[in-house]
Amino acid sequence: MALSKKSKEAFLGPLNVNNPVLVQILGICSALAVTVQLKPALVMGISVTLIVAMSNVVVSLIRKSIPTRIRIIIQLVVVAALVTIVSEVLKAFAYDVAMQLSVYLGLIITNCILMGRLEAYAMSNNAFDSLLDGLGNGFGYAWILVVVAFVRELLGSGKLLGYPVIPQWCYDHGYENCGMMLMPAMALILVGCIIWAHRAINDEKK
Amino acid sequence: MEHALSLFVRSIFADNMIFAFFLGMCSYLAVSKDVKTSLGLGVAVVFVEMITLPVNYLLQVHVLEPLQLGYLSFILFIAVIAAIVQLVEMVVEKFSPSLYNSLGIFLPLIAVNCAIMGASLFMQQRVLLDHENVKAIANIGDAFAFAIGSGLGWLLAIVALAGIREKMEYNDVPKPLQGIGITFITVGLMALAFMCFSGLNI
Repeated sequence: MALSKKSKEAFLGPLNVNNPVLVQILGICSALAVTVQLKPALVMGISVTLIVAMSNVVVSLIRKSIPTRIRIIIQLVVVAALVTIVSEVLKAFAYDVAMQLSVYLGLIITNCILMGRLEAYAMSNNAFDSLLDGLGNGFGYAWILVVVAFVRELLGSGKLLGYPVIPQWCYDHGYENCGMMLMPAMALILVGCIIWAHRAINDEKK
Repeated sequence: MEHALSLFVRSIFADNMIFAFFLGMCSYLAVSKDVKTSLGLGVAVVFVEMITLPVNYLLQVHVLEPLQLGYLSFILFIAVIAAIVQLVEMVVEKFSPSLYNSLGIFLPLIAVNCAIMGASLFMQQRVLLDHENVKAIANIGDAFAFAIGSGLGWLLAIVALAGIREKMEYNDVPKPLQGIGITFITVGLMALAFMCFSGLNI
């Protein structure tokens, strides 16, 4: 199946050049808060991707019958319904992860990526392109989460996905986990550094 | 009363919305370019928080819990917030045009500010806590104290960052780091500083 250039752009753009977290600075709250460990970050990334894609499709399908004045409330209700479904599913099948994510799961509703994509894309494009745009933005968001969580869990507690990866002899020779990585402040500084690297690389290309 | 006061102080410093929970980051980073605008947004957040949180508290305790409709809380809370923001906007526009002119542009932004929704969700968790717990919200007074405290904490954070960013204009920051990159690192350092409040107890 050949995709039009626009569809390709809708999917690939947000992965790097137009990344929602690094370039558009959207959805920062949750990106920082759930990245202490890799597992909640992965779950969060997947949940957000699903919700962005689904809500983009739904809003795009009903976009012609939404009155402009109350569109924000309608969008919020669509998103809130989807978030409720995802959170109930998580509570049923992955209770401890759901507890770890705590309020941040509910806060997907107010995640700016969702409102931003709905307003900027789904309201004026067809359902298929909106789906691709949603998936692209979701993945763009998820990979940042995974990178930050990878660094924080590896350096902060010497584990990945809950399994110890730093061998014992390192500890025997005086290696210590950097407890500071577990603090909220380091998430901010890490994201700052990723943005720095991202800008430096992308500017060179130009 | 003592409990409410302690809750109030804790929610400004130790449980600061920005530095401890990263809530309301998007508008925090986007609107903190100068002190005056950020003060406007901060006041609007305190204002909306002060109204929505007690309303959501009453809904949680008197409607959702007795009827066991906890799973509807997301939809209900966000609808309450969106509706109240709209209402506040209309009331302010009618009765105080000057306040409307200074707050007006920020009010719609606030409906999707995570700090507001986040405070309501924290409230939902804290209602269930034991009354002895310093974080517990046991009555409507506590809900008020928590609302004002977390609103003020947010205001404090955004005004402080705006002040630093105004001064930073004159600094020589590496080019790719300029703008948003250095802002992140600044906020990180501020969060580190705020961590010294974490043992605060009254």
